[in-house]
Amino acid sequence: MTTEPSVRVEDKLFYNRYLVDAGRAHIKVRPHTAPTPALLTLLKVCPARCYELNDKGQVEVTVDGCVECGTCRVIGEPGGDIEWSYPRGGYGVLFKFG
Amino acid sequence: MIEERFDAIVVGAGMAGNAAALTLAQRGLKVLQLERGEYSGSKNVQGAILYADMLEKLIPDFREDAPLERHLVEQRFWMMDDRAHVGLHYRSEDFNEERPNRYTIIRAQFDKWFSSKVREAGAVVLCETTVTELVQDAYGRVIGVRTDRHDGEVHADVVVLAEGVNGLLGTRAHLRNIPRPDNVALAVKEMHFLPRETIEARFNLKGDEGTVIEAAGTISRGMTGMGFIYANKECVSLGIGCLVADFQSTGETPYGLLERFKTHPSVAPLIEGSEVKEYSAHLIPEGGYNAIPQLYGEGWVVVGDAAQLNNAIHREGSNLAMTSGRIAAEAIFQIKSRRDPMTAQNLALYKKMLDDSFVIKDLKKYKDMPQLMHIQSQNFFLTYPQLVSKAMQNFVRVDGTPKTEKEKTTLRSFVKARSWTGLFGDAFRLARAWR
Ligand SMILES: Cc1cc2nc3c(=O)[nH]c(=O)nc-3n(C[C@H](O)[C@H](O)[C@H](O)COP(=O)(O)OP(=O)(O)OC[C@H]3O[C@@H](n4cnc5c(N)ncnc54)[C@H](O)[C@@H]3O)c2cc1C
Ligand code: SF4
Repeated sequence: MTTEPSVRVEDKLFYNRYLVDAGRAHIKVRPHTAPTPALLTLLKVCPARCYELNDKGQVEVTVDGCVECGTCRVIGEPGGDIEWSYPRGGYGVLFKFG
Repeated sequence: MIEERFDAIVVGAGMAGNAAALTLAQRGLKVLQLERGEYSGSKNVQGAILYADMLEKLIPDFREDAPLERHLVEQRFWMMDDRAHVGLHYRSEDFNEERPNRYTIIRAQFDKWFSSKVREAGAVVLCETTVTELVQDAYGRVIGVRTDRHDGEVHADVVVLAEGVNGLLGTRAHLRNIPRPDNVALAVKEMHFLPRETIEARFNLKGDEGTVIEAAGTISRGMTGMGFIYANKECVSLGIGCLVADFQSTGETPYGLLERFKTHPSVAPLIEGSEVKEYSAHLIPEGGYNAIPQLYGEGWVVVGDAAQLNNAIHREGSNLAMTSGRIAAEAIFQIKSRRDPMTAQNLALYKKMLDDSFVIKDLKKYKDMPQLMHIQSQNFFLTYPQLVSKAMQNFVRVDGTPKTEKEKTTLRSFVKARSWTGLFGDAFRLARAWR
């Protein structure tokens, strides 16, 4: 199989319209020293690449580009790895086409 | 928030919520509909094919002013390997009928229009309002909802949960579970804009005729999934979705998959030179009949994707959502007309009516498919497409090899890859699940 094409997800998110609710992240990662397998999965599966590893090797989430698909919730909420909510009414991604 | 009491609160203004709120309001009930998006549709993602029949039951003259893109005259199915596709095209002039059967739509625009009909029918529609919790009394009966607005608690006789596949309220109140990773697919999608004439030339269309392509094969890299390419008036909707459980186990990225799909030699020419204007992602309920949760209880019903009412095999969801929303509303109206309370016992009528409709009948027919597709995904989405493609190439390439020998090679390649028992087993399992 051919190699993974290089995709810049940030460029894709740039097409979208967002109303960011500054200082009110709707998703939180449970504090941890070493990430669980579920958290590591989120690094790859999130379609907006909101999850990243920090310098200490912990998984962090930045919700600004979140498209509110709920995938990380399905994987991370049952085991308590993350806390998931919808943004406040009116905030978040605003699809023009959907 | 609002002091008064409502007959019904509908959470969500997607396909199911709009159908429910419209039906309730048309019958004179006092309805409050709450939607977290800026407007109905601003949070919603779909392919999208609209099935006319189910909308006609709600709004008979919808063709007059609904924002429709193209009526479908052709459907293509592609089985893909990395360099080729084997296709089945069905095109018929019969679909150029006075009241076409299927259309492509752009969800955000369609939902906005649908919502205007709900308002016209008299429902109170509040957008930019996220419902955070169901309000329950001491006996666990649902008596209203709490929202993120100031003083945001409202009461009603019944709450219709039309909150979509990732519904928080029902799961927070322990009325149903969060969907399992093997019961939901994650789809990513882009909108590619092109001049109208270019789309018509590339897809072989004239006027408002439309075509859709459903694609499966090595594009999902052995995962249970499918790609789609739908022609709209001035843009092409293109996306791919696979089971979340498969993403989990393979470590594939959704955008990597989408990028590869776009560069496939059969796909690239269709979108060449286009301008992308949106990138979206959404879950699709794919657990089928066996994943349907409890559909009603004390003071509540659940409809649409939140209830996993989605037919993944036929790629139908919005019509099941609209129909379940309408049926729930009709059941509520019947109970209300008898002046009976919205107890679980009375609301069981909704399930009874749904069981009698195509919604549950269709899902029941395919109840074994989701599991089969998942367990056999390597064969159905990798091995077979490759074998079929190779067989086709062998069949059409003229190179001096005698035909009998060609047939033998093809057969041998199938048996080698799957063995006779494997082949018969797959065929048998598929036939049984399809029945
Ligand atoms: C990529 C893709 C392609 C698809 N293609 C097709 C297709 O071609 N044809 C087809 O028929 N179906 C298709 N489907 C399926 C179809 O989109 C769904 O079945 C349908 O949208 C379900 O309708 P719903 O009303 O149940 O949920 P949704 O349409 O998801 O609506 C739920 C609504 O509730 C709101 N909401 C959720 N929680 C809250 C809350 N707490 N407070 C306030 N509001 C809330 C949301 O903002 C949203 O507006 C597709 C789906 C996807 C993802
Ligand atoms: S909801 Fe979807 S887009 Fe948002 S962080 Fe989770 S996986 Fe990423």
